[in-house]
Amino acid sequence: MDDIVTEDLSKSYPSGWPGRPPFVALDGLSLTVRRGEIFGFLGPNGAGKTTTLKILLGLVRATSGRALLLGEPAGDVATRRRIGFLPESPYFYDYLTAEEFLGFYGQLAGLSRAVTTQRVDELLQLVGLGEARTRQLRKFSKGMLQRIGLAQALIHDPELVILDEPMTGLDPVGRKQVRDLILSLRDRGKTVFFSTHILHDVEMICDRVGIVMKGRLVANGRVDELVRQDHIQSVEIVCQHIKTEGNTLIHSLATRVLQQGQQCLIVLPSPDAVDTLVGEIRRQGGRLLSVTPHKASLEDLFFHEAAQAASRVPAHVISGRAS
Amino acid sequence: MGAIGVIAVNAFRESLRDKILYNLVLFAGLLIGLSVLLADLSITEHHKVIADMGLAAINLIGVIIAMFVGISLVNKEIERRTIYTIMARPISRSFFILGKYFGLALTLLVNMSVMLAVFLLTLWLYHVPIEPSLFQAVQLMFVEILVVTAIALFFSTFTSSTLSAIFTLGLYVIGHLTADLRAMVANSEGGIGKAVVDLLYYLCPNLEMLNIKGQAAVGVAAAPEYMILASLYGVLYAGVLLTGACLVFQRRDF
Ligand SMILES: Nc1ncnc2c1ncn2[C@@H]1O[C@H](COP(=O)(O)OP(=O)(O)OP(=O)(O)O)[C@@H](O)[C@H]1O
Ligand SMILES: [Mg+2]
Repeated sequence: MDDIVTEDLSKSYPSGWPGRPPFVALDGLSLTVRRGEIFGFLGPNGAGKTTTLKILLGLVRATSGRALLLGEPAGDVATRRRIGFLPESPYFYDYLTAEEFLGFYGQLAGLSRAVTTQRVDELLQLVGLGEARTRQLRKFSKGMLQRIGLAQALIHDPELVILDEPMTGLDPVGRKQVRDLILSLRDRGKTVFFSTHILHDVEMICDRVGIVMKGRLVANGRVDELVRQDHIQSVEIVCQHIKTEGNTLIHSLATRVLQQGQQCLIVLPSPDAVDTLVGEIRRQGGRLLSVTPHKASLEDLFFHEAAQAASRVPAHVISGRAS
Repeated sequence: MGAIGVIAVNAFRESLRDKILYNLVLFAGLLIGLSVLLADLSITEHHKVIADMGLAAINLIGVIIAMFVGISLVNKEIERRTIYTIMARPISRSFFILGKYFGLALTLLVNMSVMLAVFLLTLWLYHVPIEPSLFQAVQLMFVEILVVTAIALFFSTFTSSTLSAIFTLGLYVIGHLTADLRAMVANSEGGIGKAVVDLLYYLCPNLEMLNIKGQAAVGVAAAPEYMILASLYGVLYAGVLLTGACLVFQRRDF
């Protein structure tokens, strides 16, 4: 079961000037988010993350393509009862107090008064704003607004939670809390779809990621798969008691050779040459200390894709690998 | 409580926490007080001056609130992006518009009532007879304000605040003039001028129909049929505009 499905989603914003072509913010974006997973939607500034999320929630209409949430077309009013949404840098009614604010959203979601009161208490505790419950939002700090925004998104216990950069504006403790919160949502069977440009957050908690660049999905899959399939991994080999100086074999295999006293570090560009090198070390009677495959990080992939997108490689070349 | 109600109550709560509205109502009170001073200066017709000015003050402040709050009602939500989380809720865009409208209508009802109370108190203090016609005038004023709010809301769903203000003000002025203009050209030969005036007359709200301040101030009551008809006209006009606003809003990107 897929909770979010987009097919060939495109969005152009009118340029606002007659004669000037519209700006293409999304260009044939297709992705699926499965039930019960944490999906990270990764992309640099201006890639089209917010635009995608807005389409999913019916705030913006796609120019073409299709989007389904929980099996219903995006923007379906009744389905929104089962969806929670946190927009990026949240703007809220600042004349309301924290508890009035959450109460308002509870009622909008159709909760009864009794349930609303109870949920407001629970969520204020959950996001650590119990102390500030009677304070007006205009007096909230940025991080507090982010937290109350999260509480607002969860007040009606939605099945699908869509968050636009939920960790922005939070201190390290806050970020960790949000990560834990997202994980606990998954533990309770919820689906979480969140956008970010912070790779670390994605690597730590996501089941799967999609990388969007210039309105196109350039990669999509499990973090470990993406990282593996994409980059030639380098391998670091540490050994002792061998002579590298003047050894043409070693120098032809390695991208870097570092000799420090007895110890020697040899970096190979791919795992292929490991056997040959180890053979050479044995032959010289050296001692092998370690072989460390260096995994390309998501960050490498991200920059790699960014470079490709910048050089405007046609989309099908990249996305052929993505599927 | 339905979604419209939740939005309306919250819009009302917002206005209760807005100091500008208190200031405007206070200002209306000052104008009404000023009418007493002016009445003292005038040699005759003390009563009429107080009643006239009082009604005018209530009308002016009511229209100002309707226009400016009406314009910002939805525009502000979009500009401040507070609309994102609201529209992500199980509530249709039309219900949002209607909820905001009714919230403002409730605010205006309360404001008008406060101003009316101050007005009546002033009349009573200065021994001016309180005629039923005064209530009639205020009733139609409220209908006019409902129309003005709907106009402001309608424009604000598709243009900027500034343009909405200009359009709303324009329509308000024309709405008070069309009947006169039409009477003026009624005897002319026809031609383009007459056609334009006719078009304006049928397109723009006939707000003069809702203005019975002049006769009310001297205690002349309007016929009940007129009251019903005029009110119905205003409410219908507002209804059409609201429908338009909902339709336009339905298609917007945020
Ligand atoms: N209403 C709009 N009118 C015109 N262009 C827009 C509009 N909204 C977004 N865009 C453009 O669409 C592109 C994608 O914007 P979007 O907000 O989706 O990016 P994003 O991935 O969320 O970026 P960020 O990480 O900075 O939040 C940007 O180039 C932006 O300028
Ligand atoms: Mg964004």
